[in-house]
Amino acid sequence: MGEKKEIKCVVWDLDNTIWDGILLESDDVQLKPGIKEIIETLDSRGILHSIASKNEYDLAMSKLKEFGLDDYFLYPEIHWDAKSISLERIQKNINIGMDTILFVDDQEFELAEVKNAHESVNCLNANEYQTLLSDPRLNPRFITVDSARRRKMYQDDYKRKQAEEEFSGPSEKFLASLNMKFSISDTQEEDLRRAEELTVRTNQLNATGKTFSYDELNELRQSENYKLLICELEDKFGSYGKIGLALINMSEDYWRLEMMLMSCRVVSRGVGTVLLNYIMKEAKRNNKRLLADFRDTGRNRMMQICFRFAGFKEKSSDGNGNYVLEHDLENIQDFPDYIEISTNVKW
Amino acid sequence: MDYRNEVRNFIMENLSIDDDNVSFTDDDNYFELRFVNSLFAMKLVNFVEQKFDIEVDNDELDIKNFSTVNNIVALINKKKKTE
Repeated sequence: MGEKKEIKCVVWDLDNTIWDGILLESDDVQLKPGIKEIIETLDSRGILHSIASKNEYDLAMSKLKEFGLDDYFLYPEIHWDAKSISLERIQKNINIGMDTILFVDDQEFELAEVKNAHESVNCLNANEYQTLLSDPRLNPRFITVDSARRRKMYQDDYKRKQAEEEFSGPSEKFLASLNMKFSISDTQEEDLRRAEELTVRTNQLNATGKTFSYDELNELRQSENYKLLICELEDKFGSYGKIGLALINMSEDYWRLEMMLMSCRVVSRGVGTVLLNYIMKEAKRNNKRLLADFRDTGRNRMMQICFRFAGFKEKSSDGNGNYVLEHDLENIQDFPDYIEISTNVKW
Repeated sequence: MDYRNEVRNFIMENLSIDDDNVSFTDDDNYFELRFVNSLFAMKLVNFVEQKFDIEVDNDELDIKNFSTVNNIVALINKKKKTE
């Protein structure tokens, strides 16, 4: 386990891992010393938790509830199937890479079974659980408002999925029923950590894949020649947090979009092009030409499609996957009716 | 070969049409009819590429090529011919 890759989710066994004892043998199990604090602390760092335990679901969940821990676990897998299957389901449900999951169990057999099926998963024997808080892989560089409420956002997402499944009408009506509010603002100092995080974590809807540091973003934010916009989305279930970012280089006769990204979490909400449309409208209003940098990263074709379908055309290319696109600003799509847009930008 | 039915079925299944009785012809532009979002666009491009085993170039990623059933069929036919 040489390399140090960030862990996004810890998957816990229950018996003799979170508590001492075997629940099916005795209801009188005791939490391991300090385990609750560890789970709470990791949660506040934006690290998610789940469960892979061979147990009776109702019994285990009510025990967790008794300990005040039941709310911390996303998509718990509590049944008698192989744990490798549980890990696979958790990974799919949360939609993160297997190599960002840490599996904690007291039985070597279970650790080996999971590792055998999922080579890239990280494993830890439960007797080492005290090392978790100081593990560098579980210490993200920044803890942002968005990371601290990450679990809540996944739980809201779960409720949305349920609501969507229960909703039988067409999807535009479902979207309308969400009461979505999309805000576009000048980036403030308190947004910068999240902004940096977005440049690092966003892959599919990212025009250049270029990452920016806190300090770079802070400088750009205050520069007269640049505009750094940040977006937030909320709906009736709660906030999705800050989910989009755009950097515009403003010169005398043209604007150049040097960075443009939107979190994958909102892509099914039909808001992908709202920020782009807003910038096009503003460029037109200010009588500027609009250019956009695009770099083919191998993972961002969705962004390429967004740009092209919005009407951007290739202006130049260096043959190495770097493009400059331009929009003639003649036909600009309207914002979808099912989203309320608000802006707080000083032009 | 006519790819029309498969294209049409995909669009009917994936469009978010508010009214079940709405119908559109193979020449109607569903982007203009405002039935679509960016996720649909992505799905549509992926569908065309995978289903008909073609690769759409960047300069062909023009909304015009994807905005009606007839235009998509024309694009597929053109790609198949040049293969």
